[in-house]
Amino acid sequence: MSVFLTLVRRELGAYFKSFTGYLVIAAVLLLNGFSLVDLIERVRGLAIDAPVTELFYQTDYFWLIVLLCSPVITMRAFAAEKSTGTYEALMTTPVGDWQVVLAKFTGTMGFYLLTWLPLLAVLFALRQITGEAALFDPPVVLATFIGITLVGSLFMSFGCFASSLTRSEIIAAMLTFLMGIGLWMVGYRPDASGMLPAWAQPVLDHISLTRHMEDFSRGMVTGRHVVFYLSGTVFFLFLTHRVVESRRWN
Amino acid sequence: MESAAPMIEVQDLTKRYPGRTAVDGLSFTVGRGEVVGFLGPNGAGKSTTMRILACFLPATSGTARVAGFDVFHEPDEVRRRIGYMPENNPLHLDMRVREYLKFRARLKGLSWRRSRGQVDAVLQQCGLTGVERRIIGQLSKGYRQRVGLADALVHEPDLIILDEPTIGLDPHQIRAVRSLIKELGRSHTVLLSTHIMSEVEMTCSRVLILHQGRILAADRTEDLERRLSMDGQVVAEIAAPEAALIEAFRDLPGIERMEVTELDGEYRRLSLTPSQGADLRPLVFGQVSQHGWVLRELTRSRHSLEDIFVHLTQGRNRPGN
Repeated sequence: MSVFLTLVRRELGAYFKSFTGYLVIAAVLLLNGFSLVDLIERVRGLAIDAPVTELFYQTDYFWLIVLLCSPVITMRAFAAEKSTGTYEALMTTPVGDWQVVLAKFTGTMGFYLLTWLPLLAVLFALRQITGEAALFDPPVVLATFIGITLVGSLFMSFGCFASSLTRSEIIAAMLTFLMGIGLWMVGYRPDASGMLPAWAQPVLDHISLTRHMEDFSRGMVTGRHVVFYLSGTVFFLFLTHRVVESRRWN
Repeated sequence: MESAAPMIEVQDLTKRYPGRTAVDGLSFTVGRGEVVGFLGPNGAGKSTTMRILACFLPATSGTARVAGFDVFHEPDEVRRRIGYMPENNPLHLDMRVREYLKFRARLKGLSWRRSRGQVDAVLQQCGLTGVERRIIGQLSKGYRQRVGLADALVHEPDLIILDEPTIGLDPHQIRAVRSLIKELGRSHTVLLSTHIMSEVEMTCSRVLILHQGRILAADRTEDLERRLSMDGQVVAEIAAPEAALIEAFRDLPGIERMEVTELDGEYRRLSLTPSQGADLRPLVFGQVSQHGWVLRELTRSRHSLEDIFVHLTQGRNRPGN
């Protein structure tokens, strides 16, 4: 356990020793700021009975943040270590492959969640501005953060997998972005796709990230969604482990 | 029984990549306390062999044991017992020296308290106490190399494997790193690789010459030199007329070839090649004193490992290498 924690600490610490970490935090802050401005405009213009968190997801800023930041956060996980050679130094110490994979994942997850903390301040500020206590309902905010965590874990596992495949951070980032945006677009507003066969509609509904987030932001955390994200995360971490292990294959 | 086993036992080790054989049926043993040098040109299979011993790569066939543990079946036991410095000494350049060594010590399973003590010890041993708070990326290459060595030592391993430990250093740094390795050799088993011949001569007690994935020669460093310096040529600078010189040496036994060249003033350079590895120096001195000539130099060329290496690998280069 202590080896695992040592690795996680190193992973997290690395973000704050490079420009990338601060850049990501700044970018998320900026986009969150834009979404706040956008939200205020909407709340002011219309009488809306939806929770503010739901509006937040309708602005698409959330997806912009997740789609753009997950590649940047995860690209260094394995690729940077492979290109500098520290991967060899790491893998010749008595640490297990799973320990390495899980520590990398936990590190990226930790940093991802850290970048989302300012959102709490955004929501709080909104409540202060509007004076509407109902806009900031703790269970709904909790469900929203559960949603952020679940979506993040899937995207971070995409990123860890992509990073384990290559020694180039750029390629890792592009692969992660492709996987992320591919999944997102497949399920984007699935109602609009009238040309699809009848059987495809429920499948698309099931994997529609936007649908899931709408539910989360209304305060609905359903088992179906949780299973979707957790199984996806586990699957991609399993693939990552296979890649890490593959150096010992003949 | 663990201590009875040799430190490294390699049997018929082979590593093939698609279209290329990096290591070809390698067998050797390294006893405890030895400092052994892997010598060979780039691409000879040195790094591949070391990576297999460090449990980073699998071998295609053959067996390798470190301290009695199989590198394929008991990799964790092996990793605990080796300190490995990979080629080009990769380090986390964003970390501080002490922080990095502490991190590595913890990864290698040392407790918090023990890692602290050990880090202090290796900082001292590798002469890093003055820079322990510096960021590794801002250190000179020589200091970085010491950090790499300190990392290899921090968990008190039985065996230290160093892949090209002095590559890219300036002469002062090379000297410092070599003396550090020599010191390590007193208390550890060391396997190091290099393509610099003098490095092996200076630091190792035994040498394994590798070429195209095979061992060409394995011997104690001085024995190897002696064995191959049998044809040692003797060169003398003598003040004597050329004809008299030729006359004096022409019919002596044991001389295969003789050459005389003119030097400044009365001096001539006499080069003699012995026929059966005999040492011709006493003979030369005998002739010189008998004729009352002046002798200003008398040397027997000593083959360096470099010559040995060239000698061994000559004619063995296959096309494409």
